[in-house]
Amino acid sequence: MLLIPCPWCGPRDEAEFHYGGQAHVAYPENPAALSDEEWARYLFFRDNPKGLFAERWSHTAGCRRWFNAVRDTATNEIHAVYRVGEPRPVSA
Amino acid sequence: MADSTAAERRSPAAAYAARFEAASAGGGLRLAEIPFLTRVNLRVDPKSPAAERIGTAIGVPLPVEPGTVAGGGGLEALWLGPDEWLLVGPDGAAPGLVARLTEAAGGEHVSVVDVSAQRTTLVVAGERARDVLAHGCALDLHPRVFGPGRCAQTMLARAGVVLVADEDGFRVLVRSSFAGYVAEWLLDASVEYVAG
Repeated sequence: MLLIPCPWCGPRDEAEFHYGGQAHVAYPENPAALSDEEWARYLFFRDNPKGLFAERWSHTAGCRRWFNAVRDTATNEIHAVYRVGEPRPVSA
Repeated sequence: MADSTAAERRSPAAAYAARFEAASAGGGLRLAEIPFLTRVNLRVDPKSPAAERIGTAIGVPLPVEPGTVAGGGGLEALWLGPDEWLLVGPDGAAPGLVARLTEAAGGEHVSVVDVSAQRTTLVVAGERARDVLAHGCALDLHPRVFGPGRCAQTMLARAGVVLVADEDGFRVLVRSSFAGYVAEWLLDASVEYVAG
């Protein structure tokens, strides 16, 4: 079980959260101009690193806010959490 | 038969009153339901002029620190999110409160919803209250972390609840459809603390 520090509510049990996949995947500026392959790449292709990974979480059983977390996928250690709209911390 | 049009209202945990009373007899723990409280969900940008006007209109400044409660004049404002509060007042206060909030909101982007029937309030008080809740709640409920004036949305026995800390215990705001389950769970969790 992970202890995830919600940027609003503080450390909470993993069961209170929903996972939202990779963070910082920008919506294409002009989706209509994309080829099928580019669109599929936007929709379905995600990084799968062994190590630090910026991902989205939602505190569904608490304040119901989305936020970003940098998690080490090998150790499950959470290196940073930051609110939506804030840049990824340089050190994490 | 004359009043057959006016259905008698029943609180979600009304059926548990006798068992709550029996569990409270030992003195170390007090279980009870506070039925029919007014609850109004408020969403507003805390930095907007409307938020300030609302604070003045209801006499309670909206708390901006996460997980805190502000109160006064029989009304409480519970922090639910950075732009969301639950206002709790006495039975019957909803229409007046909604009217005051709507007026204070003016034309701004504010949501005011009467959600009184959404939840009911269970009291878990007494010196054993923390031990009972700890059976199903991952939060640190020690007074130095979660003392009077704090509230939290969290899970109690896998059911979503709003926990409010009071001087002598806690209030558990639970959804009406979960009230029976949580009441059963509380009674079960308190067995070892109730003098048999």
